[in-house]
Amino acid sequence: MAENVTIKEQASPTSAQAARRGISWGWIGVVPFFVFAVAFMIVPAASLLVGSVQNAQGQFTLDNIAAIVQQPDIVAAYRLSIGISLVTAVGGALFGFLLAYAAILGGLPRFVRTGLVTFSGVAANFAGVPLAFAFVATLGRTGLVTAVLNSIGVNPYRHGFSLYTFAGLSLTYMYFQFPLMVLVIAPALDGLKREWREAAQILGASSWHYWRYVALPILLPSLLGATILLFGNAFGAYATAYALTGGSLNLVTIVIGAQMRGDVLNNPNLGYALALGMIVIMAFSILMYSWLQRRTERWLK
Amino acid sequence: MKRASFWSWLWIALGVLYFLLPLIATLNFSLRARRGVLSFDAYRSVFSDSQFYQSFGFSTEMAVLTIIFSVLLLLPTAYWIHLRMRWLRPVVELVTLLPFVIPGIVLVFGLIKTYSGAPFALTGSRFGTNLLLVGGYIVLSFPYMYRSIDTGLRAVDVQTLTEAAQSLGAGWTTILFRVIFPNVRVALLSGAFLTFAIVIGELTLAQYLLGGTQAFGPYLALVGRNKAYEPSALAIISFALIWAAIGIIQLVGRGSPEQRQLGGMR
Amino acid sequence: MAFLELRDIRKSFGAATAVDTFNLQVERGEFISFLGPSGCGKTTTLRMIAGFEQPTAGQILVNEQDITRRPPNQRNVGMVFQSYALFPNMNVAQNIAFGMTLKRAPKATITQRVSELLALIGLPGLERRYPYQLSGGQQQRVALARALAIEPQVLLLDEPLSALDAKIRVSLRNEIRSIQRKLGITTIYVTHDQEEALSLSDRIVVMNHGRIEQIGTPFQIYNFPQTAFVASFVGTLNVLQARVRNPASGELEIDGQPLTLARPLTDQRTGDTVAIALRPEVIALDGAAGTANRLRGVVEDVTFLGAIVRVRVQVGTEIVNFDMFNNPSLRVPERGQPVTLAFPVESSLLLDDTAEHAKQAVAAAAEAT
Repeated sequence: MAENVTIKEQASPTSAQAARRGISWGWIGVVPFFVFAVAFMIVPAASLLVGSVQNAQGQFTLDNIAAIVQQPDIVAAYRLSIGISLVTAVGGALFGFLLAYAAILGGLPRFVRTGLVTFSGVAANFAGVPLAFAFVATLGRTGLVTAVLNSIGVNPYRHGFSLYTFAGLSLTYMYFQFPLMVLVIAPALDGLKREWREAAQILGASSWHYWRYVALPILLPSLLGATILLFGNAFGAYATAYALTGGSLNLVTIVIGAQMRGDVLNNPNLGYALALGMIVIMAFSILMYSWLQRRTERWLK
Repeated sequence: MKRASFWSWLWIALGVLYFLLPLIATLNFSLRARRGVLSFDAYRSVFSDSQFYQSFGFSTEMAVLTIIFSVLLLLPTAYWIHLRMRWLRPVVELVTLLPFVIPGIVLVFGLIKTYSGAPFALTGSRFGTNLLLVGGYIVLSFPYMYRSIDTGLRAVDVQTLTEAAQSLGAGWTTILFRVIFPNVRVALLSGAFLTFAIVIGELTLAQYLLGGTQAFGPYLALVGRNKAYEPSALAIISFALIWAAIGIIQLVGRGSPEQRQLGGMR
Repeated sequence: MAFLELRDIRKSFGAATAVDTFNLQVERGEFISFLGPSGCGKTTTLRMIAGFEQPTAGQILVNEQDITRRPPNQRNVGMVFQSYALFPNMNVAQNIAFGMTLKRAPKATITQRVSELLALIGLPGLERRYPYQLSGGQQQRVALARALAIEPQVLLLDEPLSALDAKIRVSLRNEIRSIQRKLGITTIYVTHDQEEALSLSDRIVVMNHGRIEQIGTPFQIYNFPQTAFVASFVGTLNVLQARVRNPASGELEIDGQPLTLARPLTDQRTGDTVAIALRPEVIALDGAAGTANRLRGVVEDVTFLGAIVRVRVQVGTEIVNFDMFNNPSLRVPERGQPVTLAFPVESSLLLDDTAEHAKQAVAAAAEAT
């Protein structure tokens, strides 16, 4: 009898003693995570931030940040990065949406959806060096598709196309942008209730009416959010571009990399400013995406 | 369900074309090492390259270390968040999303700037750079590992399990490792395999922290610069590896099949 | 001529038949309920009237026009869904106006009609609210207004109250009925709740396993059920096995005690077993002898349910449930007490099915509710 009573007392988590002990144990469980996050994420990012507003002597200055919008080669790098990110974001969102729509709501057999989602998971991770190799084998000077086009008399390289330029890189980026869009928009498409379509129909709506008045407006925040996410994704990409162009294409990420190898900018603090710019753009894109997600969720309670 | 329309099949067909063509082209290229015939020469060359095994082994080691330490960091944290400190949850979730805001190139830049000089001087030594590498990889794995652990914990009644274990006299380490962990093992696997896929192919951190071709990513890049057919073979091998990893996740992970399986260096 | 007619409707999904031999004629302005357990085909039939499912065979006519092959957006039929299905990106006014907007009605007309309808459903002034800001009951009322806005020929409601709290259900169903009466719209109402069907309908169609069991007014369905299923699905029922003593005079016996039916038996012979159904409310505890049927038994259990006291009595091998109104001055029978049950000769129902079938049908219906 006595043992039962003691065991009960020990197990009660609401007793003040246990609570005190619990909290201190809890902090021990959680502190390593925060220490690690600070050491390996916050501090490095902060040090870049600090470095970006310093000059060579360590004094505070906003010159580096100003240089981002003034120095021509930096502006060019941003223009290129933003350009590729915009093109692959919009293009990726469009075709990715069509793919996801076809697989989920298009009346196709179930295996199409499963296959598309699984493949998207793989393709999203195939990015980087192997992807670059694959596209060289496809659209490089001796690539398969190039050869096929040659045989029917069209030589893309003669017409100015090159895999190692804006257009080629964009095409390559699509290989992970399409899948990312599919994975991100699939839940939103699932959320389109069948009853909405039926209610619209019974009120006299055609397919077009349904899309214009109901489905697209409902999907718009998700579509926008996903596009922005794709933008950030492309903007931060490094490995694919590096492996494909060997660093010859001056994207912001490539320039940062070059700066790390040697002082190509003639001003290390400028490199930090570039990194800061990246963080700002990425943070903005993630924030917008979350905000738009939350708005949709509120509607679709 | 509606009848399948022409347009649905069209988009899927276009998608299949776009995704399959590069794979076919790469496979085709990888089989043409010997003039005029299809052969596995390129693959043989890859598999007889000791660098291949060394770098792959090294990256695998790094991946395993990353997974282990990531779990060690995240599991107790997620557990305590679930159990006692729910108010911390948004903070932790935010922190685990930060790696998306800090792309690889920026992360490695920051790591080098912070830890290369005194008092750390980590970039000088082998051990130091490996430490930074694993640390960086753990950061990169945060979003996926945390999400899979969180999913696993949500499926289990953490509160009740803990109280039951406590009433039987278990201490905290016992609870964590012999009660909680086995129940989230399956969910953990999806995060683990995703992390593995990311680390194996990773280029950015490996290139700038290690230099040379110690890791698999830089090895791939080097082969790409020097050899003609081997890169294609390696690309096919990589693709097969990732298929295997994701395939296992699908098989084992009974959670939503569309958990965002994005990762990797772009 | 009926306003809405379903002729020989059949719906099969592959090898399985969801609805079979469905024939119904509905007069203009009638309120018809489809009542039955889950899976009985009532929703499938409703969806065929709406046009979301195509019948495998048969025809649907509205105002003598064959609409069987018409797509749903051309039928001028209104529908209210169980999950409300309000468009989340539109406010209340836009939702209600949706049908009119598609027809490009002038703005003034739309605005006026929206406020009329909002007044009709008792939610004036809520034009600018969004669905997520409304309660379940409010959303369903807006859904009703939206369906009525297009002035449909037929109004269809698919278990509209199932997702709502019990209290709201009762008040809202009365509102729906009064609006329907005011507008005189022909209405089909699908439900599995017999109380809803009984209290609202002009006629009820009781369905089971894709077939119509009985069509009738609530009074007819409840008091004169034609099959064991209907008898047990609607209201509670006692089903007793009795042996035939004399078919010509309608005499039976249960546990050796005599029982008389109101009519002679035509299909049975002496010694056959038949199923007799008794509603609990027709039974009373009786002291004096009279012309009523009387059965002696022993009280097995007494359950106090507030206004009602439910008494379970064992008569031979049969169990009879009956209800007494709670009355503080009356003495409630106790367990083990011998009692005599009395009920009028006319109120025992002979069920179409054999005794075993009847028992199974009762058990199945009990499980379904």
